[in-house]
Amino acid sequence: MAKTLYDKLWDAHLVQQNDDGTALIYIDRHLVHEVTSPQAFEGMRMAKRQPWRRESILAVPDHNVPTTDRSGPIADPVSRLQVQTLDDNCDTFGITEFKMNDLRQGVVHIIGPEQGATLPGMTVVCGDSHTSTHGAFGSLAFGVGTSDVEHVLATQCLVLKKSRSMLVSVDGAVGPGVTAKDIVLAIIGKIGTAGGTGYVIEFAGEAIRALSMEGRMTVCNMAIEAGARAGFIAADEKTIEYVQGRPFSPRGEKLEKAIVYWQTLHSDQGATFDHEVHIEAASIKPQVTWGTSPEMVVQVDSKVPNPDDEADEVKADGMRKALQYMGLKAGTPIKDIKLDKVFIGSCTNGRIEDFRAAAKVVAGKKIASNIKLAMVVPGSGLVKQQAEQEGLDKIFTSAGFEWREPGCSMCLAMNADRLAPGERCASTSNRNFEGRQGQGGRTHLVSPAMAAAAAIAGHFVDIREI
Amino acid sequence: MKAFKKVNGLVLPIDRSNVDTDAIIPKQYLKSISRTGFGPNLFDDWRYLDPGEPGMDHSKRRINPDFVINQERYQNAEVVLARDNFGCGSSREHAVWAMVDYGIRVVIAPSFADIFFNNTFKNGLLSIILDADVIDRLFDEVEANPGYKLEIDLEAKTITTPSGDVIAFEIDDFRRNNLLKGLDDIDLTLHNNADAIKAYEAKRKQEAPWLF
Ligand code: SF4
Repeated sequence: MAKTLYDKLWDAHLVQQNDDGTALIYIDRHLVHEVTSPQAFEGMRMAKRQPWRRESILAVPDHNVPTTDRSGPIADPVSRLQVQTLDDNCDTFGITEFKMNDLRQGVVHIIGPEQGATLPGMTVVCGDSHTSTHGAFGSLAFGVGTSDVEHVLATQCLVLKKSRSMLVSVDGAVGPGVTAKDIVLAIIGKIGTAGGTGYVIEFAGEAIRALSMEGRMTVCNMAIEAGARAGFIAADEKTIEYVQGRPFSPRGEKLEKAIVYWQTLHSDQGATFDHEVHIEAASIKPQVTWGTSPEMVVQVDSKVPNPDDEADEVKADGMRKALQYMGLKAGTPIKDIKLDKVFIGSCTNGRIEDFRAAAKVVAGKKIASNIKLAMVVPGSGLVKQQAEQEGLDKIFTSAGFEWREPGCSMCLAMNADRLAPGERCASTSNRNFEGRQGQGGRTHLVSPAMAAAAAIAGHFVDIREI
Repeated sequence: MKAFKKVNGLVLPIDRSNVDTDAIIPKQYLKSISRTGFGPNLFDDWRYLDPGEPGMDHSKRRINPDFVINQERYQNAEVVLARDNFGCGSSREHAVWAMVDYGIRVVIAPSFADIFFNNTFKNGLLSIILDADVIDRLFDEVEANPGYKLEIDLEAKTITTPSGDVIAFEIDDFRRNNLLKGLDDIDLTLHNNADAIKAYEAKRKQEAPWLF
């Protein structure tokens, strides 16, 4: 029978099928960071357990680390304790960790692929919802809570129920100025933040195939914002080329054998999905979110929507609350929205390609006078190094941007990087929830090029017009 | 884990959809390395008028009288009644720990975000999915009747309203069984499946040696 990619990944990792409909699924790669792991390690210690397979684990502090000078200890004592706890746990349990001052440190979802720790066909978990990022490699990757982090530490497995499968096909080619970020925001706008609940999503179609691996990671990263358990894309030549020659990836005979397998990581002709969504790539324009949920998104050349036009009362009420929080009036053209801060980074858009795209817009220009802070935060130390070799840091700093150390930074504002109440930010991250970037802060999600252009103009602009 | 059989609890209505995990427990409290102590910060941004930081004496903060959790009639609630896509956003189990620490035993909504839903069961918190029209009715009843309680019986898979209406709910057997007995998932897996896991690994090493 024709199988979907999900069926193939599921079957390959099935340890045991139980009568009650659950299954025990084997986990190949376990990524760990400082925020969701301390209580799991504590549980292990209390039960006197050891990790089932410590070589499968890669740990890194990212959420709490400062993005400024790191020569001294972390200033905030609570953050310092959490990062120190991760260091101690990794040392005690014998787990590989890239510590804060390691060149390879970075956002956990950036470093997995960068190190070749994420490989096609793997099951990848992490105590972080954006683990879906790794699905870009034709792997089954999803976020779990701390209890499941502990479960994987102790047993290398998870008890799961198979999700339903959804195909999201983006057909045809996108127009100029339209990036992976715009594609995924348009998808979320169409299916909604709960549209993927209970599903895993396979992204397919010409526009997805045409994306680089970086772009595919951006798309899969935000599968969780559509409510999906996981998002993934079939492996192809690009995938196989990308993963080779990295520190954790296989070599020699093992690699040859792996490639033969990786070439099978796609849905078979005639495989059926529980639900299909088709989107015309040519209809997608640069996207900007206006509200407090990623589904509250419109095209850059349109206006802030009016709740009175929404028939569903609960929805209309949500829109009113969002407009009030965001300090916006219905009917305002998106391009008239003025900004205070700009953030370029995160596991959605913190890779080299993102910085190249932003730098291209910024080169030779200066940030607008109303922009209080524009910051660029590389996804990892290696991305930072690469960007510096290409001179991108100079382009940003000459334009007035700050060039920082790698980490999650203002994507969730657990460190010192945050918005003050009422401040408005163009951000390349993935969530625009209330308070996400700092209490009272207002977030608009956009692509790196759109964020860069907004920094220069001081308000949103249509990247296709510059 | 604490076993769950029956709860007869006061209902707290959270009348908005897409309540995300950042709203349930803001990120500054995620720096804790413990599983407890999050209760005073459940819905922190909505609950207090001044910004909160870990380590503060939260009883001294300015409360927001408009937010339901602060209203006299909802004190000591054990059941949360919610709208669509409750718990969306991050994987932080802290959101569930905050609810449990506050004293919540049951959450009822028309739909939940996947990871949150899964996390609740690991902590003895029962999540129940009901049809949107039933939820609508419950919201109306809670609003109209101060002291409104629901009796949730996991054994019988029923919810009983104060007027004696019985609403049946679905829950998968695996979760129900674990909750009823208060079983630890890890113990179960190690006890029942350790040999199967080892056998799987041995076979996998042959088929996919690059993974080891
Ligand atoms: S960059 Fe943002 S979304 Fe990504 S892991 Fe860090 S906090 Fe989460």
